[in-house]
Amino acid sequence: MFLRREVKMNKLQKRILVFLIILVLLTPAGIFLPMVFNAGDAWGEWSAETLEQTIGYVPEGLKKNSETYSAPIPDYTLNEKDESTTRQSLYYIVSGILGAAITLGATMLISKLIIRK
Amino acid sequence: MHIPDGYLSPQTYVPLMGVFVVTAAVAVKKVKKEMSIKHIPYLGMAAAFSFIIMMFNLPVPGGTTGHAVGAAAIAIILGPWSAVLSVSVALIIQALIFGDGGITAIGANCFNIGVFMPFVAYYLFKLLRFKSHRPGRIFFASFTAGYLSLVLTAILTAAQFGIQPMIATSPEGIPLYCPYGLNIAVPAMAIEHLLIFGIVEGLVTAMIVRYFIKNESGLVYVFKKGGKNE
Repeated sequence: MFLRREVKMNKLQKRILVFLIILVLLTPAGIFLPMVFNAGDAWGEWSAETLEQTIGYVPEGLKKNSETYSAPIPDYTLNEKDESTTRQSLYYIVSGILGAAITLGATMLISKLIIRK
Repeated sequence: MHIPDGYLSPQTYVPLMGVFVVTAAVAVKKVKKEMSIKHIPYLGMAAAFSFIIMMFNLPVPGGTTGHAVGAAAIAIILGPWSAVLSVSVALIIQALIFGDGGITAIGANCFNIGVFMPFVAYYLFKLLRFKSHRPGRIFFASFTAGYLSLVLTAILTAAQFGIQPMIATSPEGIPLYCPYGLNIAVPAMAIEHLLIFGIVEGLVTAMIVRYFIKNESGLVYVFKKGGKNE
């Protein structure tokens, strides 16, 4: 990988990487804690359907714009309908690894293009 | 705090996108000037860290969820401009691939979480530390920087939600976008971040800053002045 070839990791960087890997494996806490404490969406991040249930209508502009784009892996899950919590946790970890790796790669690539010294 | 598509009117998200694009261009210049090749892996890992920490949804029992961002720690350790770059990349990936935050709201979200938050955190830390190297003082300064920067970012986001019913309604006066006004949005988002998510951001910031000062203080941006260590 392009990350490896030019940049040799020092001890601190290796430690940070291990820390990030552990962190990503713990992300299912982000599913379990809300479940245990019966908490729902973040404020202002409701779907059009949820909003309709709360206020009785879907604002017109919101309805139109909320379908602007559909992401390839919505809500960090590979299968929204899967009801198994175990599998949802796995999907969450997979999404986390994928997203964090892409974010890491993209940021390093951009930084490499920017930084010259 | 990731505003989805449909909650902001174009007269809100277009200017915010403009402000973000200009800020990002400045960030590119600043990162080029301030950082060197040895920082590249840290920038990447900072972005990945921010991405991952935002996946830890924390509950308000029986209510909503929220999360820490990590932007305060990144701003203190790598500098606010590096934080702009790394946190914005994380936010854009979240929107494009995972639908977390809207496409139309990318400018707003990157401005709030990727620009406003790191700068608030950075200057709060500098102000509160007041050149002290005492661990207690640094812990206090970094905790408060993380705590308040997240709370203030939540309030800024809430203000963008809350002005929608004032600026974008149908001819009959029905809100076209976010239906909740400032009187609901601001207290709701402020309280949840004051009581729960902000504290987590503060603790995360304090622990990470402490670790870096202990292990690699030469890297820590906030201690540098004119390229020299304090």
